[in-house]
Amino acid sequence: MADTKELITTLAKKHGVERKSLLPILQGIVEKENFLSKDSMLEVAKVLDISAAEVYGTASFFSFLDTKERGQYVVRVCKSMTCDMKGKEEILATIESVLKIKIGETTQDKKFSLLETNCLGLCDEGPAMLINDDYFVKLTPEKIREIFGRYIRNEI
Amino acid sequence: MTNKPKKVDIIFSPYSVAPYKILKDTMKRTKEEIIAELISSGLRGRGGAGFPTGMKWKFAAEQKSSVKYVICNADEGEPGTFKDRKLLVEVPRKVISGMAICAWVTGATEGFIYLRREYKYLVNELQKEIDLFKVHSKEVGLNFNLQIFLGAGAYVCGEETALLESMEGKRGEPRNKPPYPIQDGFLGKPTVVNNVETFASASMVCRIGATEYKKFGTADQRGSKLFSISGDSPKEGVFELELGMSVEAFAAEFGDGDTKAVQVGGVAGFCVPRKDFAKAIIGDGNTTGGSTMIFNSSRSMYKVLHNYLDFYAEESCGQCTPCRIGCQQLLKGIEAVKKGEKPAEYLDQLLKLSESMRLTSKCGLGQSVTNSFSSIVTNFREEMIY
Repeated sequence: MADTKELITTLAKKHGVERKSLLPILQGIVEKENFLSKDSMLEVAKVLDISAAEVYGTASFFSFLDTKERGQYVVRVCKSMTCDMKGKEEILATIESVLKIKIGETTQDKKFSLLETNCLGLCDEGPAMLINDDYFVKLTPEKIREIFGRYIRNEI
Repeated sequence: MTNKPKKVDIIFSPYSVAPYKILKDTMKRTKEEIIAELISSGLRGRGGAGFPTGMKWKFAAEQKSSVKYVICNADEGEPGTFKDRKLLVEVPRKVISGMAICAWVTGATEGFIYLRREYKYLVNELQKEIDLFKVHSKEVGLNFNLQIFLGAGAYVCGEETALLESMEGKRGEPRNKPPYPIQDGFLGKPTVVNNVETFASASMVCRIGATEYKKFGTADQRGSKLFSISGDSPKEGVFELELGMSVEAFAAEFGDGDTKAVQVGGVAGFCVPRKDFAKAIIGDGNTTGGSTMIFNSSRSMYKVLHNYLDFYAEESCGQCTPCRIGCQQLLKGIEAVKKGEKPAEYLDQLLKLSESMRLTSKCGLGQSVTNSFSSIVTNFREEMIY
């Protein structure tokens, strides 16, 4: 918690303590801690002098501001129509079998979380996914095994 | 015999005239001249709503305020759309120069590129472009402080007032209009919000002139337009085409020979069935965000509609009842019909519900659900039932 407090103080110095600083501050926390814990949201509320409900209300609105604990790498598989047409289901099934988790879950070692997401804007190169901020396109089951192999062996 | 869609080379033309030279040359003319040129060009907003760009800038210029903002809407979330990403990667200077011209014309000193969170990997390169712009803007004496604002993942934030709310640190819920952002926008100040492609197009109007620009397109929709093409097509990608082509010509050029339906204007647009290909004109009355998804005979239109409704139900901001409840009920409704829990006639009630959503929803999200819903349910009714 001491670390979180320090992080929020640094972010508040960088972005300011006005209401308009809320999103950049929350994004800064997610970048470091992978999600927004109850404690971190309470602290942000204190620093920005707004109610905790307002912080939670805003955070829970946006899909990239997770309020549930996530792993070090958040995998987001695009579920929009064109990615679906090109084999999204098979891609998801492969990831589930490689990571041994279902959609919405996090691996026991807290390394990966698996989520579905709406359009990634990579429709001409589907199926597509994001792992944190990096994108991967034209996925095949073979590609999935190769990509996750590299993550698991810490080569990325 | 169908005519081939006419390819145009304006927005993606190489930097034969540097975009910042366009800015420099434009700043030698009067602001009134530039606005008149834009109005005369017939350029409409390229995000989908289609408001005349010159008029928007004129209204913003007329606002009396010492602080004004220019915001580039790069919250490209419409399934099937990826043209703005390509613009930001390939011709970012044209986009930034368009924003700078807008700032100069309207008297804005602060600007933001509102980049969707999914495109965070574009930030570094884009920041380099902004740094380069800072050098040029100093040279031409333009006081315009431009920065990137990163979104946090919400389709509805592509709606301009929801975008402003999120920038102010709130939930991305659309505001009541009026007042419009040009009067009361970011932090209550006059704000121009335009799509990425609109800024690039405006900069091109300044370069080639209104007379040349309006030679392209239809009476309703002037100029060239970027199309994001995906689905059952051997030619997926972004193409710059002239507006006003028939869906028949489009399908002949981009389809795989077995095209059953073309979704024009993304999930918020219309699904055109094969029998209407000849009479449906892209850009004439249709929405023109530029997303076109192609489906061939192997696709289940029930699955397509289900995917769209799933998207809407998840992305509705939840603020107004027609959209929040309506999206969920349409989804449950088609599932019930498919399972045989409701009779086929129930689809007619769902059509009425979608029409109510169009009439009573607060913003474009809920209002546009009926476009794809009614066009798919009406044209592919048997697929919804059996």
